[in-house]
Amino acid sequence: MSSNWTRRLREASLERYAPKDLLPDTQPAYVASWIYVFGVLTIAALIMLIASGLYLTLEGPSWWHTSSVGHYVNSVHLWSVELFFAFMVVHLWGKFWMAAWRGKRTATWITGVLAFMTSIITAFTGYVIQTNFDSQWIATQAKDGFNAMGIGAFFNTLNTGQAILLHVSLLPLAVGIIVVWHIFLVRKRGVVPPIEEVVDHEGERS
Amino acid sequence: MISLAALINLNHPAHYFSFGPFSVSAGNLAVIIGMFVIFLLALFLPFPGHRNSARRSGRAGGQKR
Repeated sequence: MSSNWTRRLREASLERYAPKDLLPDTQPAYVASWIYVFGVLTIAALIMLIASGLYLTLEGPSWWHTSSVGHYVNSVHLWSVELFFAFMVVHLWGKFWMAAWRGKRTATWITGVLAFMTSIITAFTGYVIQTNFDSQWIATQAKDGFNAMGIGAFFNTLNTGQAILLHVSLLPLAVGIIVVWHIFLVRKRGVVPPIEEVVDHEGERS
Repeated sequence: MISLAALINLNHPAHYFSFGPFSVSAGNLAVIIGMFVIFLLALFLPFPGHRNSARRSGRAGGQKR
């Protein structure tokens, strides 16, 4: 084994993630389905979310509450969230009924679940930083919920600064890393074949 | 500036459907039903170019089982 760590890392990376797997130019016939489009649409909505969120972050609450462009970008951010979750849930339904964790794809399934759960937490922190009456109401209700769970000492939803930092930095970073990890695993393991094809060709269900 | 009137008047408290302990707003119910409809369409609508791709072999691009 080489003592050069960059060489070892390169060789291990190429072995685990071969370029032909990461960027394939053909796909099996069963990938020609609208169900797979929803995974890509989820990523597209995430890109719109991050772009509109960055714009809101740069301009600030006084801008998105008062200017017409601010209202528009705020609405783009809201509807990107709505579409992001709708697309992700349709993708989730499709993958669940395909039993997409078959064939050593457990990690792909679990990273999808993690992306879903982390996105929900990220959305909750977004509700409490709108800086309007809605966010005040939600923050006070969430504060009671967290205290009832015994974790109020760690998460204070009335602390707007904490909620902003969670929503614009830590949680989007976590969602981004998990989504990239998920896509890498999809590429590495490939798309799960239909259940009947596995039965036909291998004589047993995997 | 001329603003387009909303297709649906939303300037009132939300309407809720209640079934025992379960209640859901009309807006949320419409979104859930819409997602079911989209899911069913995604399952049954033919995918463009499916015939061409179906001619190819069953496995390609490093696909694994």
